[in-house]
Amino acid sequence: MSEKIWSILIEALPKMLEYGLKVTIPLTLLSFSFALILSVLVALIQYANVPVLKQLCRVYIWVVRGTPLLVQLFLVFYGLPKIGILLPAYPTAVLVFGFNEGAYMAESLRGALEAVPKGQLEAGLCVRMSYIKIMWHIVLPQAFRTAFPALSNSLISMVKGTSLAATITVTEMFRQAQVINARVYQPLALYTECALIYLAFCSVLTVLQHLIEKRLNRYGGVKS
Amino acid sequence: MMLEINGIRKAFGKKEILKGIDLQVEKGDVVAILGPSGSGKTTFLRCLNFLEIADSGTLIFDGEHFDLHAAKRRDVARVRQKTAFVFQNYNLFLNKTVLQNVTLGLTSGGKMKKAEAREIAVRALERVGMGDRLDSYPNQLSGGQQQRVAIARGLASDPEIIYFDEPTSALDPELIGEVLGVMRQLAQEGMTMLVVTHEMDFARTVSNKVVFMEDGVIVETGSSREFFERPKTARSKEFIRSILEKSESPMERRTPLSKISKIEPETLN
Ligand SMILES: Nc1ncnc2c1ncn2[C@@H]1O[C@H](COP(=O)(O)OP(=O)(O)OP(=O)(O)O)[C@@H](O)[C@H]1O
Ligand SMILES: [Mg+2]
Repeated sequence: MSEKIWSILIEALPKMLEYGLKVTIPLTLLSFSFALILSVLVALIQYANVPVLKQLCRVYIWVVRGTPLLVQLFLVFYGLPKIGILLPAYPTAVLVFGFNEGAYMAESLRGALEAVPKGQLEAGLCVRMSYIKIMWHIVLPQAFRTAFPALSNSLISMVKGTSLAATITVTEMFRQAQVINARVYQPLALYTECALIYLAFCSVLTVLQHLIEKRLNRYGGVKS
Repeated sequence: MMLEINGIRKAFGKKEILKGIDLQVEKGDVVAILGPSGSGKTTFLRCLNFLEIADSGTLIFDGEHFDLHAAKRRDVARVRQKTAFVFQNYNLFLNKTVLQNVTLGLTSGGKMKKAEAREIAVRALERVGMGDRLDSYPNQLSGGQQQRVAIARGLASDPEIIYFDEPTSALDPELIGEVLGVMRQLAQEGMTMLVVTHEMDFARTVSNKVVFMEDGVIVETGSSREFFERPKTARSKEFIRSILEKSESPMERRTPLSKISKIEPETLN
């Protein structure tokens, strides 16, 4: 590779990183927090068999999992204004990413909730704990432990998924790579660089996941 | 009379499991509930604690009347406050330490202060010989140890009666003794207990009353001595014989109770 390409890459790095740290990461964290809260509610509603709400949750999961993320983004950002619902690009991205990943996370959590032995719920009732407290202190923590690898997966997939926000005018890291490329036209080098930064972000998350999993394992150990 | 149980009926779907159970329990009684598999013993205990809602039946507990079919939320809480339940498979909270397993019911169910709950929990755990494993998690304990923690969890709320549903059935034979030892000690201290069990030695030597259930009815009830020496019904005779035969075959041999009484809970582990 020529000197010129190197200098373009070196020049582009801080600009991309800036948007990565200032937009991609916060966008991911916001969307993920939203998805997490949503998925806990959706999973609990199904676990506790709340009538009507439970059916609503099933419809939500059915629709979200059955349609492409990109189409959902376009529908909300370009489609909804036609019926007077006009949201700025960034909140649209948070909302759509959150709703989208939330559906998958809700399914992981629901499975994990079902996997917690029911007897613990009954034991909690026998010592006069309320249903909500049993959920909070006993069932949910164990479900989180079980669902943790799946939830980590969702977070990592979301980091990369935020690049789709570029298509609805949010200038995040990938959009920034496109902007630079439009000026210097080095698509191979620039998009490789962009990919490597995503890879670095995801690698950090993977390491964190392993560290946390180790800690969580403390009560899942084998019989001694 | 501490506990008067009247006319418990319960069906699952079309199948009638309990066909009108009456039982009276006095303070300090240790009642062994015997009977073949599927006779409704577990369902009976669960109805007493509202883990199952009976189709009909009443409970008089220290003179207080409770409807087992249509109890209000606070009646359920009231009954559960007076009772403890020990499950066949322990049902410890797997994400909590031994100590937390016992304190959680006190602080969260009973609204007790943390420090006080801790003190009571430690004392309960010492009573079952688990005072030195406060910070272990259930998965780090043997089945016998887990069941003893479960008993401590029940004891901590100072119940008037403890229901045991086959507390030793899930245990390896060599671990049965330590749990029965704890139960025997509780019996000696005057705890009122209702124990579903297949342990004939326990029924014969620790319990003072025996209830024999079959097909959702109580076939025979009497003092345990009478029951084993002079069973009144043909069915109970047959049942005793079949159980004794089983425990006499060397493969099935369980820890004899003579051994159990020598185990001091404090020196276990
Ligand atoms: N939740 C339930 N739904 C449907 N049927 C049930 C339920 N619980 C128990 N049964 C049925 O009720 C009958 C009595 O069950 P129960 O567990 O009370 O018997 P048991 O005397 O405790 O038997 P075992 O000695 O095997 O524990 C069984 O035939 C069982 O299949
Ligand atoms: Mg049973």
